[in-house]
Amino acid sequence: MTVSTAPRRKIRFQIRPIAAVCLLVVLFWIVVALFAPLLVHYPAGDMVSYDYFGPMSKEYWLGTDYLGRDIYSRLIVGTRYTIGIAFVGLILAALIGITLGLLAAAFGGVFDTILSRAIDTFVGIPNLLLALVIVAGGGSSIPILIGAITVIFFPGCYRFTRSMAVNVNALDFISAARARGEGHFYIMIHEILPNIAGPIMADLGLRFVHIILLLSGLSFLGLGVQPPNADWGALVRENMIGISYGSPAVVVPSLALASLALAINLLIDNLPQRVRDQLE
Amino acid sequence: MNKRILEMIGGRLAVAILSLFLVSLAVFFITELLPGDTAQELLGQAVTTEAASQLRETLGLDRPAILRYFEWIFGLLTGDLGYSHVSDRPVASLVAERLPNSLTLAAVTMAITIPLALSLGIFAAIWKGSIFDRAISSVAIMLVSFPEFMIATLLVMWLSVYLQWLPALSFIPTTADLHTVVLAYIMPVSVLVFGSCSQMIRLSRAAIADAMVTPYVEMAMLKGASRSRMVLGHALPNSVAPIVNSVALSMSGLLGGVIIVETVFNYPGLAKLMVDGVSTRDMPLIQTCSMIFCGFYLVLITAADIIAILSNPRLR
Repeated sequence: MTVSTAPRRKIRFQIRPIAAVCLLVVLFWIVVALFAPLLVHYPAGDMVSYDYFGPMSKEYWLGTDYLGRDIYSRLIVGTRYTIGIAFVGLILAALIGITLGLLAAAFGGVFDTILSRAIDTFVGIPNLLLALVIVAGGGSSIPILIGAITVIFFPGCYRFTRSMAVNVNALDFISAARARGEGHFYIMIHEILPNIAGPIMADLGLRFVHIILLLSGLSFLGLGVQPPNADWGALVRENMIGISYGSPAVVVPSLALASLALAINLLIDNLPQRVRDQLE
Repeated sequence: MNKRILEMIGGRLAVAILSLFLVSLAVFFITELLPGDTAQELLGQAVTTEAASQLRETLGLDRPAILRYFEWIFGLLTGDLGYSHVSDRPVASLVAERLPNSLTLAAVTMAITIPLALSLGIFAAIWKGSIFDRAISSVAIMLVSFPEFMIATLLVMWLSVYLQWLPALSFIPTTADLHTVVLAYIMPVSVLVFGSCSQMIRLSRAAIADAMVTPYVEMAMLKGASRSRMVLGHALPNSVAPIVNSVALSMSGLLGGVIIVETVFNYPGLAKLMVDGVSTRDMPLIQTCSMIFCGFYLVLITAADIIAILSNPRLR
């Protein structure tokens, strides 16, 4: 007797043009962040021109800032701060949130109830306000900023993971796994996680946008990355006075931020319908 | 009103009070226990250890944190908001000066955002898939991606610097006439509306779209109801709960926006006061402002929950 298997279904990736453009923008900024030291024209902290708020030129691609520093170089280095801090914060928040979410779904019962209630406390404090409180208590060093991002964003990761995992946990193959005697941790890692990984990745993408907007907002208020270093938000802040000269120093970092945020949002918005349905 | 509804509302209020208590714990201990010292900060760099410890004693900072927490909470409940050592004034008088300004800003914004965002969201759902729907969705996704400070700086560049139509700062003298006041409010309010309406549009559209696939809407369609009647007469009344919740949740974003906008336009509001407080590490001020903001936020979220309960016909 020959066993015939169903023909393997091909996974088709329909890439819409807009999604492709967005992916390119995201990859562009990742490359810039990774290779920043190779791309700068001048050291980011050096005053290279006597002309403050100078216009765009061959020498200074995006003009000069309020101290005569090269904006192009500062933008490139700022990319590192914005994406780097946001990324580390996201990873920490995701590790904590996803682990706790899976634990809550796998164990259930009182453990789940207490954990969920405790984490709901953080939801009672609006994001930027909680960031202000943490920075007020701990200062604006980079570890504190990363810690603040982690504290602010892990509850969302937890709630999302938990709600997805609870749905999967009720399915038959989980009962089958429990019946054959698998432990909670095996079920968490090998049965639940692979089934919710896609939506979680998309959710983390949306959270990353919130993180870079929050971090830039904090830096814009002067409470994020501190001088002489600057991320995109801090670049806008320190050059605010250039607004009356129509200086690119104010506009370019905002545009960089907007391009990255918009690209990620549109990329996720254009994911296949199947993934997007799970996101809702 | 039956007993069940009253019980549910009572439950919501209890949860809100518990949350406020937990939030107060979080605010107090985050500002107190992380490294960093008010006494050190007040005296500046050139400080002897003796001077610092003496000041700490005068401020009462040498006593256990848990004791100070209960004193602080008791003070808040009895109307004593503490003393700002940085500006050498009671926090209550600082807050009283600024709070009405922030509330005005928020109220004007909400009065514009809620009708605008909800009608755009509902019309997008009525004409789902049309050009209007796609345009609204695209605009919403753009606004959600743009940081408030970018919208604010671009507006200032265009309307104040280039066209010179509007003032770049929103400091309003008490003697100003209506015209001046309106001009000063246009930009801050626009930025806040842009910032807070996108989420509301998306969520209200999604709520209506969810209700559109239910059996009772299908029934209405089979009976020959028009699309707008299906939405307004059948889907909308059943989507009140998620829509009200979306309004409450976007308050979190609105507060973030207010913090940015008051700073950009130098608007004399409570959020600006708090940001300045963080820069100078004025802990009593920060703690009180946080509790005021969180209090308002929790009141709105709880009110939304109660409206959602009341709007549920199955409970009537």
